[in-house]
Amino acid sequence: MAKNCAKKIGLKNGNKTEFVCDQTRSQLIPILQEIQDKKGYISDKDMQAVADRLNIHPVEVFSVITFYSFLNDIKKGKHVIRISNCISNIMAGSKNIEKEFEKALKIKVGQTTKDGKFSLEETSCIGMCDQAPAIMVDEQLIGNVTAKKVKEIIKKFK
Amino acid sequence: MKTNRQGPVIFSDIEVSKGLKKALSMGRVEVLDVVRDSNLRGRGGAGFPTGVKWNLAATANSGQKYVVCNADEGEPGTFKDRVLLTEIPRLVFEGMVIGAFAIGANKGFLYLRGEYKSLLSSLNKELDRMRKDGDLGKDIKGKKGFDFDIEIRLGVGAYVCGEETALIESLEGNRGESRNRPPFPVNTGYNGYPTIVNNVETFVAVVHIVAKGADWFKGIGTEKSSGSKLLSISGDCKKPGVYEVAFGASINDIIKLAQANNPKAVQIGGASGICIPKDQFNRKIGYEDLSTGGSVIIFGQKRNLIDVAENFLRFFKEESCGQCTPCREGIPVLLESIKKIKKGLGKKQDINEIFTLCETMQLASKCGLGQSAPNAFVSIIENFKKDYKLAK
Repeated sequence: MAKNCAKKIGLKNGNKTEFVCDQTRSQLIPILQEIQDKKGYISDKDMQAVADRLNIHPVEVFSVITFYSFLNDIKKGKHVIRISNCISNIMAGSKNIEKEFEKALKIKVGQTTKDGKFSLEETSCIGMCDQAPAIMVDEQLIGNVTAKKVKEIIKKFK
Repeated sequence: MKTNRQGPVIFSDIEVSKGLKKALSMGRVEVLDVVRDSNLRGRGGAGFPTGVKWNLAATANSGQKYVVCNADEGEPGTFKDRVLLTEIPRLVFEGMVIGAFAIGANKGFLYLRGEYKSLLSSLNKELDRMRKDGDLGKDIKGKKGFDFDIEIRLGVGAYVCGEETALIESLEGNRGESRNRPPFPVNTGYNGYPTIVNNVETFVAVVHIVAKGADWFKGIGTEKSSGSKLLSISGDCKKPGVYEVAFGASINDIIKLAQANNPKAVQIGGASGICIPKDQFNRKIGYEDLSTGGSVIIFGQKRNLIDVAENFLRFFKEESCGQCTPCREGIPVLLESIKKIKKGLGKKQDINEIFTLCETMQLASKCGLGQSAPNAFVSIIENFKKDYKLAK
């Protein structure tokens, strides 16, 4: 895992590829992001492995994971749907969109579907206020969401 | 560049690499001079003079220096960096290269907010193109000894990381908790080395300034605020979007641009900004009056602004990093009081007490988040008395 990550994070100078594979603390977040991308969450075991590699205490790793809202130590759904709750989105009706998602997925915000496919969350402004109401599904930004589109979106990611 | 937008500075025409070539032909000192003479100030909202920042980093004695582009735009209602990084990323990176040349850095980071992860692959492609063109890498554009490269780091969903010292903490692999200042990043930044942290828009402005001159730039805007500002306009209007206006544009001008019909109020500067009532719509965007990172949220006549204040305070409660007391403890108290006011249970005396707390937060919080968290609350309570009733 660790080696793999070092390969991905690198600088390219001209045609020659140089990998910055330093085992410094500053690599912590990119490593955690990669684990999260692959597994959907960061387990206790992974935290220990990362701590060993960077020569820090695992609780340091834990403290970083719990600080950031896009890192999590419990398993979430395969796809995470995040609904922006900034004022521009709320004025554009994001609460209705949220209800549509809750109805369609049969879960409440903060929960994960039984089949483990979707988690539904609220998040701070996602920088899509010009296309409000907007949501994020995994890393994809989707604007101008309507009640009709909700089902299409779920179908697309299912 | 491939953007179809028009504007006085950021969206004005420019050839790729023109600014960089000119910077390299001018030399370091001259680049620093032109940036200083242009009176360019930080476009993230705080408005620190870019020339001063760069000079401090350039004169710092260190073998290692860093350039950081702050693309962690998390302020509710801003999305201008998303547009810049989608449409003209090359100019952003070029501005970073010019900054690196000016201060003597050989490594740069673009700290991209996690929400914009979908832009990552196209940004990396742009960096590859620049490496091929010799705009990044070793001996950039044939300038012997000028090596510089950029690495993109993804944010992880924390608003506070838009604050420069918190951003540096995050780059170093720590919780995004802001640092005490001084020392400032220009001498003690990333891993303790001199670092400049500038906004995406600032870097684009630098490219234009270097290519077109400080006088050209100073000819746009007002006496105290040179140049232009990108505004991210959203809310109750027909045409939300990113607009570039010269400094000195009034709120009335903005309302016209976005085609808003008789709005009740305009929030300038997002959650950390202030709410402007109709009788002040002649106020102007600029460092002498309304200094902003560019978030403009328009509220129609039917909106109750107490709800707006509550939304902002919920946001701050979620995003406060929790390390300093005024911010961590103050925000929940403000949130409780706004809920009380909403129910009609707030008394005049309570509000006076809360205002004293707001003052404490503005003075004693460690970073901009806590210092600016009460702004919207105070301006809404003061300016929109019709939106709430006090208990007797």
